[in-house]
Amino acid sequence: MSHQPQAFEGLRLAGRRLRHPERTIAVVDHNVPTSDRTQPIEEPESRNQIETLERNVKEFGVPYFPLLSANQGIVHVVGPEQGISLPGMTIVCGDSHTSTHGAMGSLAFGIGTSEVEHVMATQTILQRPAKNMRVIVEGVPGHGVSAKDIMLAIIGHIGTAGGTGHVIEFAGSAIRGLDMAGRMTLCNMSIEAGARAGLVAPDETTFEYVRGRPFAPKGEDFDRAVAYWKTLSTDEGAHFDKEVTLRAEDISPTLTWGTSPETVLPISGTVPDPAQEPDEARRTQMQRMLDYMGLQAGQAISGTPVDVVFIGSCTNSRIEDLRAAAQVAEGRKVAQGVRAMIVPGSGNVKRQAEEEGLDKVFLEAGFEWREAGCSMCLGMNPDRLTPGQRCASTSNRNFEGRQGPGGRTHLLSPAMAAAAAVTGCLTDVRELV
Amino acid sequence: MEKFTTLSAIAAALPEANIDTDKIIPARFLKTTQRTGLGQHAFDAMRYREDGSENPDFVLNRDPWRKAEILITFDNLGCGSSREHAPWALLDFGIRCVIAPSFADIFFNNCFKNGILPISLPRDVCERLMDDASMGENARLTVDLARQVVIRPDGEEVAFEMDPFRKHLLLEGLDDIGQTLQHEQGITRYENRENQEKSWMPSIHID
Repeated sequence: MSHQPQAFEGLRLAGRRLRHPERTIAVVDHNVPTSDRTQPIEEPESRNQIETLERNVKEFGVPYFPLLSANQGIVHVVGPEQGISLPGMTIVCGDSHTSTHGAMGSLAFGIGTSEVEHVMATQTILQRPAKNMRVIVEGVPGHGVSAKDIMLAIIGHIGTAGGTGHVIEFAGSAIRGLDMAGRMTLCNMSIEAGARAGLVAPDETTFEYVRGRPFAPKGEDFDRAVAYWKTLSTDEGAHFDKEVTLRAEDISPTLTWGTSPETVLPISGTVPDPAQEPDEARRTQMQRMLDYMGLQAGQAISGTPVDVVFIGSCTNSRIEDLRAAAQVAEGRKVAQGVRAMIVPGSGNVKRQAEEEGLDKVFLEAGFEWREAGCSMCLGMNPDRLTPGQRCASTSNRNFEGRQGPGGRTHLLSPAMAAAAAVTGCLTDVRELV
Repeated sequence: MEKFTTLSAIAAALPEANIDTDKIIPARFLKTTQRTGLGQHAFDAMRYREDGSENPDFVLNRDPWRKAEILITFDNLGCGSSREHAPWALLDFGIRCVIAPSFADIFFNNCFKNGILPISLPRDVCERLMDDASMGENARLTVDLARQVVIRPDGEEVAFEMDPFRKHLLLEGLDDIGQTLQHEQGITRYENRENQEKSWMPSIHID
């Protein structure tokens, strides 16, 4: 999976071709506007980048979903949706959220541009075996608790470097109970816990998801594939270098307060006090986060007013995410002064949502209903925060400036984001549904 | 790729943990189609004030650290996005070596691909090297990759660990695609076997 001009430039300079273009897919997602696409792209650099990609895929024979295709979207939504990402595969892409595809039971991880070039030229990648980590979540998540809340709780528990050098297997009854969209949300944010890859063993939920998708094996081929996929689970008694267990019942709707994904709180919580932190470097960093985020130590996080609500990104832009948000938005209005955006993960997600009437729910409530792309997750296209704006966001990173210089990001679930949109502040979604 | 053998240079200290790749190079500068030219935007948010002028307090805006070729930080350097623009920006600024107690995995790999040497040393050692760095021009650090040592201004040598294969590639400045293609027969053998066993694997064609 590829979208990087410098990798093609490298191939061209060395006179190399793709070893297996038929095992490659290209999309545009990071830099595309999510507004009207019938007009030429305004930002000259983005336009140039997309035109360069289009020239490159033509020259190198790479399968490509163009901007105006219904199949266009965020690569980590499109891959599984099209049946391109399948169990047992090794999948790489020049984007750290490639870990998403691990939900299919594949080994999927982000790589740099030079490695993209290496894979395109050789269909191989040099790797050292990762260490094994297992994160077990047992039990049944409570009302209003989604995969996003579970993952934020996990990251809060193990920290942003907790999985460094490891591949995480997510296991336990709460994980097996998740649908594929939920598993993708979980694996997506493995990198936020430091792990390049996260995965869930394929099971009936996986096979049913894959069945009938455009590029998935069909008929007898499908049965043979499933027989193989069924062998892809962890051996009894396998060794894990690290193991963590959480109880789903202990997890509340969760969100971040700071500028690192590990700075999580239950929605009922209060912003931590740096004065209570014994380590000096951490204390300074916490204070800086509070200053940047415009929060006071000890304040209840619930009730904090927001300016922008962003529902989208490779973490939470699938049809299931939009349904969860629509359930909260239905019959309500976006609060005065709040800009609320819904950005479906792909053209297909958008079309399906429209078939289900979700677009009407959102539009009637006062949300923007936009075209597929990465949008406000990363401030690389026109969808950006302005300095000081506070955003309830279903994306994956709350780094300083990630959504636009000076922007303040709170990561949370689609339902929690919708709750923030209709109340105008960070709110416990359980009070609304 | 430029060889990395020994480097004797000014070192700059950024005594922070979790310096993420958005901090090293914000996403809005990723629209380039080339690998060069990103140095002017390295550490943009820390380096420039809102009006675009240089922040005089930021170490890389001060002499002699403007010419730093070694950067020393605390834990988990390069966490976040996989953007190779992070090492490209560092390299374009002039950084050839980064020293920290720990690195994020993808960033660590990306450094090697671009001839930047990432060295992992315990935090207390990093703190001592930061003290050296604070002396600027009078306290150059020397990195000798062949011998795997950092030599402090007082002559003390600090040993570091290094993967032998990666060391070899850096020392020789080798292109690793060429290295891999030396094993093409093995790759083909593997592919033939896979194609037989998993003939259901999809081929992607889009008209």
